[in-house]
Amino acid sequence: MEVTLGSGNQEPRSILNRAAPGIVTARSEELIALARKSSLWPMTFGLACCAIEMMSTYMAHHDLDRFGIVPWPSARQSDVMIVAGTVVKKMAEPIKILYEQMPEPKWVIAMGSCATNGGPYYRSYSVVMGVDHIIPVDVYVPGCPPRPEALLDGILKLQDKIMQDARERGRKA
Amino acid sequence: MVERHRPGHTTPQAAVALDEKGQALERLLPDVLARFNPELGAAVDLVTATVNPSDVAEACLTLRDSPECRFDYLTCLCVVDYEEHLQVVYHLYSTTHKHMMVLKANVSPEQAVVPTVTSVWVGADWFERESHDLFGVTFDGHPNLAPLLLYEGFEGYPGRRNFEMPEYAEW
Amino acid sequence: MVDVSVESQSEGQLDTVQMLVNMGPQHPSTHGVFRMVLMVDGERIVDVEPHIGYLHRGSEKLCEGEIYAQIVTLFDRLDYISNLNNEMAFCRAVEKLMSLEVPERAEYVRVILCELNRVASHLLFFGTFGIDAGAMTPIMYAFRDREKIQSMFEAVTGARMMHNYIRIGGVKNDVPDDFRQRMTALIGELRQGIDEADRLLSFGEIFLARSKGIGVIAPERAIAYGASGPTLRASGVPMDVRKDAPYSIYDRFDFGIPIGEKGDSWDRFYVRVEEMRQSLSIIEQALRDMPEGPTITPTRLVLRPPQGEVYVRGENPRGEIGVYLVSNGADRPYRVKVRPPSFCNLMAIRELLLNTYVADAVVILGSLDIVLGEVDR
Repeated sequence: MEVTLGSGNQEPRSILNRAAPGIVTARSEELIALARKSSLWPMTFGLACCAIEMMSTYMAHHDLDRFGIVPWPSARQSDVMIVAGTVVKKMAEPIKILYEQMPEPKWVIAMGSCATNGGPYYRSYSVVMGVDHIIPVDVYVPGCPPRPEALLDGILKLQDKIMQDARERGRKA
Repeated sequence: MVERHRPGHTTPQAAVALDEKGQALERLLPDVLARFNPELGAAVDLVTATVNPSDVAEACLTLRDSPECRFDYLTCLCVVDYEEHLQVVYHLYSTTHKHMMVLKANVSPEQAVVPTVTSVWVGADWFERESHDLFGVTFDGHPNLAPLLLYEGFEGYPGRRNFEMPEYAEW
Repeated sequence: MVDVSVESQSEGQLDTVQMLVNMGPQHPSTHGVFRMVLMVDGERIVDVEPHIGYLHRGSEKLCEGEIYAQIVTLFDRLDYISNLNNEMAFCRAVEKLMSLEVPERAEYVRVILCELNRVASHLLFFGTFGIDAGAMTPIMYAFRDREKIQSMFEAVTGARMMHNYIRIGGVKNDVPDDFRQRMTALIGELRQGIDEADRLLSFGEIFLARSKGIGVIAPERAIAYGASGPTLRASGVPMDVRKDAPYSIYDRFDFGIPIGEKGDSWDRFYVRVEEMRQSLSIIEQALRDMPEGPTITPTRLVLRPPQGEVYVRGENPRGEIGVYLVSNGADRPYRVKVRPPSFCNLMAIRELLLNTYVADAVVILGSLDIVLGEVDR
């Protein structure tokens, strides 16, 4: 975000700031993205093993709350879908429906190797080889299952991506 | 799943070691199951009895109700595909006598029909549905043999040996 | 699928319309991807149709294509809350088939870690069951203690969840040097933590009202369904594989089998709380007696067990696990069948839910403590 601020005792360079001190300027696009990335609400949606590590991440020890991330049980009010576990073909249709139910803008994190590419069940007759065959994925978190820290990193990467996208959109406009 | 066989090499057999309860059962079973003409054997530490597929339900009822056996707990029901025949395997346990046995029935892969044992143990319900799903064994008289694990429209029986595992495919 | 039918009750009463309520596969309280279709008459459940298979990964079929040493990893992922217990069941099956001896020290390490895993699993249940009954705080306490157990697992096995630590013939490596001290400290912390969480939740007025007398199952019915573990023991049947057919070194320890009286949701809950304490006592005894020595019987990497079939039973946190292994002498098993405890416990769900209220459905399902990974395999 390009925010013009004074540093130390130096006066800010912008004419606007000199005319009206205490005002910060930013592009609306980036300001909204800042709000979005600071309160991501993932859908409570555990598929398999990774869901247990996802729960660990939500709990007191790793505390996702400090990033403004609160699990939300309904698809209609959530922003992020953390696909935590193996996606089997029987579950593919419900996942697609859930994704369509989420309001825009929405992001998807594929957590663990099963959601990334099928993982240990790569050769199975009933497993979808990665959730990206059904819905678009923004961040892939490797691991089987990923440690809570890895999921945290994935979420931070998603926050970066949200800001970066806003900046690029601003440049195009 | 390629099995390599060295010429002149005979596969060793697992050692059989029945405990006291197993030996007692081995003596007992020919009398209890006399009507069904069972073929008795042993698998490591369990007594096995093979009966005709059509007799399975009655044999199970006899085993459950005979006072010396009291097999009131169906531990496991599964199907093994031996290619020339499918084997339906019942692992039975008694909560009173605390002994265990294996009941088996061989069916042909084309005509895989076994009477249901849901009337003997309610717990056979999902096991039989699963076996129907994965192996195509029909359990005659089962109240509802709808697909349990596989999605609707799945073709083939993935449990069987001749089921080809799919290659990577866009889905 | 159940058809929607309109039925009016007897005259003089309010006319009600029966309604279908779909729960799952994505539902915050179905503990995974379990789906049930409830037919409700007002608040009362008149029919239930459970649907499973939303996590059917074909593990049993995949086992037929892997060598024995690789299958341990697939067993890790069956019941992903009690990984070590699963590994142990499979390794015991192969060892029994091959008549392979396991070193004394390895048996002790296995038992200590399996019992610790049981505590971790029951702690997770403790927290989620609290949420199911409307108490949001206990899960924080439960996960505080669970996190310590997972750190301990990481120190010993190298992984927080999927350990691949119990190998055919023993365990992967010896425990760290300070294992005994760390475990002793951990047991103390866990004892305290469990007591604290227990005081917080178990006898609360609201919690009792939500779970006492809800979802009662009679012992005969539980046996007929093939239920096992805490679900069966809550109905008053003291069936535990560790006592009935002691495996590994369980016959050397002195521990009790907690049983319930009525077989309701609260009994199923409290049996587990008591079991955690029993497990900790087993760990203490094992730590005291643990001998020095090797931790694995060396075997070849590619094993070829003799031709034959074997069935082993083990006591998992959720109930009795069975592994049926058929070998034809090749390097890969001919057939692997797992008897999953949750699968059998879950079968009773229809009977448990009939004529209860919708709000209780969540509590009853939670009290069964299912793991879909092993229900669907």
